Amino acid sequence: MITAALISGLGLGSMYALLALGFHITYVVSRTVNFAQGSAMMVGAVLGYSFHITWGWPIWLAVPMTLTLCAVYGLAVERFLVRPFSSRGSEAWLMATVAAGILVDNLAMFTFGKEPRQFTSELANTGVTLLGANISVLQMLIPVIGAAIALALLLVRRYTRLGKVLEACVQNPQAAMLMGIRVNRVVAIAFAVSAVFAAIAGMLIAPLFNVSAEMGTLFGLKAFAVAILGGISSASGVFLAGLLFGLVEALVTIYFGSAFTQIFTFGLVILALALRPNGLFGSKTLVKV
Amino acid sequence: MKKVLTPLRRLWPQAAVVTALSFMVLSPVQAADTIKIGLVAALSGQSAKSGEALTRGLTIAIDEINAAGGILGQPVELIRRDDESNPAKGMLAARELVQREKVAVLFGGLDTPVSLAIVPLVNQMKVPFMGPWAAGTSITQNGAKDNYVFRVSAMDEIVDEALVQYGIDEYGMSKPGMLLINNPWGESNEKGFRHALESRDMQWAGIERIESSDLDVIPQLTRLKNAGADTLLMVGNVGPSAQVVKSLDRMEWDVPVVSHWGPAGGRFSELAGPNASRVHFIQTYVFTDNNSAKGDQVLAALKAKYPEIKTLADITPAVGIANAYDGMHLAALAIEKAGSTDGTAVRDGFYAIDEYKGLIKDYKPAFTPEQHDALGPKDYIFTHFVDGSIVPVKP
Repeated sequence: MITAALISGLGLGSMYALLALGFHITYVVSRTVNFAQGSAMMVGAVLGYSFHITWGWPIWLAVPMTLTLCAVYGLAVERFLVRPFSSRGSEAWLMATVAAGILVDNLAMFTFGKEPRQFTSELANTGVTLLGANISVLQMLIPVIGAAIALALLLVRRYTRLGKVLEACVQNPQAAMLMGIRVNRVVAIAFAVSAVFAAIAGMLIAPLFNVSAEMGTLFGLKAFAVAILGGISSASGVFLAGLLFGLVEALVTIYFGSAFTQIFTFGLVILALALRPNGLFGSKTLVKV
Repeated sequence: MKKVLTPLRRLWPQAAVVTALSFMVLSPVQAADTIKIGLVAALSGQSAKSGEALTRGLTIAIDEINAAGGILGQPVELIRRDDESNPAKGMLAARELVQREKVAVLFGGLDTPVSLAIVPLVNQMKVPFMGPWAAGTSITQNGAKDNYVFRVSAMDEIVDEALVQYGIDEYGMSKPGMLLINNPWGESNEKGFRHALESRDMQWAGIERIESSDLDVIPQLTRLKNAGADTLLMVGNVGPSAQVVKSLDRMEWDVPVVSHWGPAGGRFSELAGPNASRVHFIQTYVFTDNNSAKGDQVLAALKAKYPEIKTLADITPAVGIANAYDGMHLAALAIEKAGSTDGTAVRDGFYAIDEYKGLIKDYKPAFTPEQHDALGPKDYIFTHFVDGSIVPVKP
């Protein structure tokens, strides 16, 4: 019986990780994040639902369209809510992105409706038996897709030109700019990728859960906790922290009861950060003066 | 510029006189000639459908009352305010309706916390308050010496008794597991379930919390299953209740689910999938293909007034409509008995109603000074979803 709960924890964990990787990628290139990452996930699920279920588009068209629109959403967040503030050295982007999240949630409530809807998918309904537990194909796919995306991010950063450009911006934005790299563009791409990660998470989760305007709020918060826990500057750390968080949630619920889930998991986050202030897998950032 | 303004300025005194006169003429006529009924309910947000159902029930009843000559010879007017499911907003709206609009009877909405915020106010201002939905036990049993709060709806404590008895009678339940929404509503029902089970010397397998944001309740269900739960007692809104059904499907755990009326609102059958019908939940009323004469009459009036109602599936949630409909007729009778809209007289008017043949039942009497809840356990019906409609389990 524990297998089903563990697989479910692993799936949720990899979705936290995917969202948290979105925090990671923008943080490393610009030291800023989109606090409305949970809303970006909701936008992905709502658009996917609208295209595929409401308008009946085939999945091969609905998914790329959703991801493209979410990338545009990410670009807009960076251009209008982050850059105007961060370029002046102001931290007001923090509040601007939080406000954007609330705004987008409410817009979705007006346009999409207040009631949660069901995103039906064959993948969620087809089950396989694993170690005595019935698991849907989608539940098994979710951690696999999450891991594949994290791996792809790692490979792109290590072996492609874009990765090298990204790395240059991470290490020293001023020097990168002097070398002819358009740092603003790299930051914009990072925000687009971040929103796309969130949209993928939203579409993968929707068939197991439901689609609603408020689905991203708590999820975004947990993902941020995961990003900090993993050490936000380490991609692999963030991914592992996501899996850990999901598994701990499932295990705490099974062994101690759901009344303790949030208390224990967030308590563990605080404890972990008290012991390792840079996150479980992060390293101390050296500030050269 | 001055030339343009001068003629207009000359008209100002006349305009002011006309406006003042129209207020003097119109306001007293409206205030004196109608009996105002207030409604403070969620008209927007996630529970907006509940406010819509209450409005429909009240409107159909008010139309009937007005067609029969009104109350005390005066037409009845409904004044609505949105509480956005927020107790502070609900209390402000209630104060406005009582003090400014001078409503004769105030109706509440779906949310127990909002009603609990309004209760002290109406008792203090001596204005009768009718609860057509919120089921919190302490709404009517509020401990006030002078209690102005009445209810035509289910009450948590009695519902919990009824759910436990249903589990025992229908499924031979001996060790239930509780799945409760993590908010005051869940907490109120935990007390009720504990009381109902303890009074029968029954053990329970465990008490688990569910949240609206829970993506998966397999861990909670696993815990209950491992503890030997043979039936699930569930209290939750549509979203989390649907998650329970989906998680049960994934676990392939075929366990009976007996539930409070949370699944009745919204798109439960769509969200929970094909096995939505496994959840048996209580209602105070459902419209079916075989209604009473009164049921057919109200159904026809609803279809005529609201063209978007085409089939029985469009009347969700029926409890809101039926409770508000009977509540409004009872309020009208109470005002008639009182002979005025004085709060204390109307309150006593509720006690003086000998009989009212309502939509839900024959109220005989509806209320006594000791009993402010018009519905009891015998008035509950167990229902489930079949093809998107709520139908009684036992037709």
